Amino acid sequence: MTAVLEVKELIYTHRIRRSIFSAPDEFVLGPISFAVNAGETLALTGHNGSGKTLLAKALVGAIQPQQGSILLEGKEVEQSDKKTRNHDIRLILQHSNTTLNKAVTVGNVLNQTLQLNTKLDEQDRKAKIEQTLVRVGLLREHYYFYRHMLSDGQQQRVSLARAMILDPKIIIADEPFAALDPSVRSQTVNLILDIQRDLGMAFIFISQNLGIVRHISDTVMIIDKGKVIESGKTARVFQNPQHELTQKLIDSHFSLVDKHFGQF
Amino acid sequence: MPRFSLYQEEFHPSPFMHIWLEFKRSHFALVGLAVLLMFCGIAVLAPLMSPYDPNIQNTNAILLPPAWEGNGSISHIFGTDALGRDVFSRTLHGARTTFGSSVILVIIALLIGVALGTLAGMNKGVKSSVLNHLLDSLMAVPTLLIAIIIVAILGTGLLNSMMAIILALIPQFVHQTRSFVREEMKKDYVLLDKLDGASSARIFWKSILPSMFELLAVQSTLALSVAIIDISALGFLSLGAQVPLVELGASLSQSLEVAYSAPWLVALPGFCIFLMVLAVNIVGEGLRSALRNRLIH
Repeated sequence: MTAVLEVKELIYTHRIRRSIFSAPDEFVLGPISFAVNAGETLALTGHNGSGKTLLAKALVGAIQPQQGSILLEGKEVEQSDKKTRNHDIRLILQHSNTTLNKAVTVGNVLNQTLQLNTKLDEQDRKAKIEQTLVRVGLLREHYYFYRHMLSDGQQQRVSLARAMILDPKIIIADEPFAALDPSVRSQTVNLILDIQRDLGMAFIFISQNLGIVRHISDTVMIIDKGKVIESGKTARVFQNPQHELTQKLIDSHFSLVDKHFGQF
Repeated sequence: MPRFSLYQEEFHPSPFMHIWLEFKRSHFALVGLAVLLMFCGIAVLAPLMSPYDPNIQNTNAILLPPAWEGNGSISHIFGTDALGRDVFSRTLHGARTTFGSSVILVIIALLIGVALGTLAGMNKGVKSSVLNHLLDSLMAVPTLLIAIIIVAILGTGLLNSMMAIILALIPQFVHQTRSFVREEMKKDYVLLDKLDGASSARIFWKSILPSMFELLAVQSTLALSVAIIDISALGFLSLGAQVPLVELGASLSQSLEVAYSAPWLVALPGFCIFLMVLAVNIVGEGLRSALRNRLIH
């Protein structure tokens, strides 16, 4: 069985020039290799600034890695072949007030995505949008809504709708739950799990919240300073972390959880 | 799938509608809007509304006071000037020239400024930053001063003074548009649009321009009040509209000689300019606060 997405020896060097006189600071991401099968979830975790978001951007093609290859169902994706890539690999960003345009309706956002990536006519597009809105737990009426009429959780559902409307093979989500409150967060987590089970797509999920990571992922990859320090089946990594840093991350997370539950 | 509507009213107000609903709440702003609309009406309908030709001289009625004075006549409701011309007709025609030309020049400056600002904002690099800094340095100089210099080069006349004010107003629009477009281009939704395969032109027309509307509305009202004052100032200095054309600033300076014997000749055009600028500023302020409050309610 070929993996939906396979990444081989990906290297991306990010240069930041702080002033014209000093030498640029270099941040090297990789080399990173991994594979995700259909219906599986891979979680990426690590400290802030460890390169998780850069990896997500490199996968969707927002930045161009210097070395390595990305294979989609065994075929290499070219940087120039935007159509296939847009269609099959979709990105969900962390909720913030810049992920949705305040002056464009939800319907028009989704309509543009369909217009640019499918050959559906206007009626089919409308039907598809309504179907997708209902699928992510919104109403048909939300077609006409603007950003400021939606709650944070609803806005994140719109982002999810935008990602899944093209029936992609893989969705990459960069901290999709970070800014949501706990109850809305667990609703959204369960919604994504449901959708993943129904449609059988792969899911790459970036999060700092180890509780959610353990709940939803099959495999986990811990990144630090651009390098993969540990990866493996989630259950194995959580039970028996090999790397010192992984151990620290897991300990600090569960000591907090234990303290919290200790109060009751 | 069964269709049902959860909401009784199928009312989905657009951002534009929201602004109007919010704008309506301020009575003060509504009065300003009414006055502004009145001037728009005058600008279009002045020839139909005025009882006399503004340049016809009636030698039987020279320096007739307005109708509300004891020795005034109802046939000349605002009185007549030193050459026996009807002041009411002259005020209407003058308002038409001043207000109409200001609106036209603001629209032209807006179009040119937004086009240049968008090009500068969507492109990166030396060229756009050179353009930006050159225009920024122009913004430090008052528009009237720039306009006077340009008129001195091009020669007097309404058309030339309009061109001068357009050139003086463009830097403001370029600056505002450029910084707005640059900010928007950094936002996540533009990244998502790009990943959807949208071209730069599409991102501009479908995503950035709709969100820029508010900024342009506020900026245009500011520019309009500046334009009205500049057009009448150039007219007052006899650099703007020339004689057969009636213009408020020009009428003001012509009637200065008889200001002591016929004060209404100065007061009426002056009051008219004052009312125009006041209405534009009140509408602009109402629009600004409506935009601010729109997201709260």
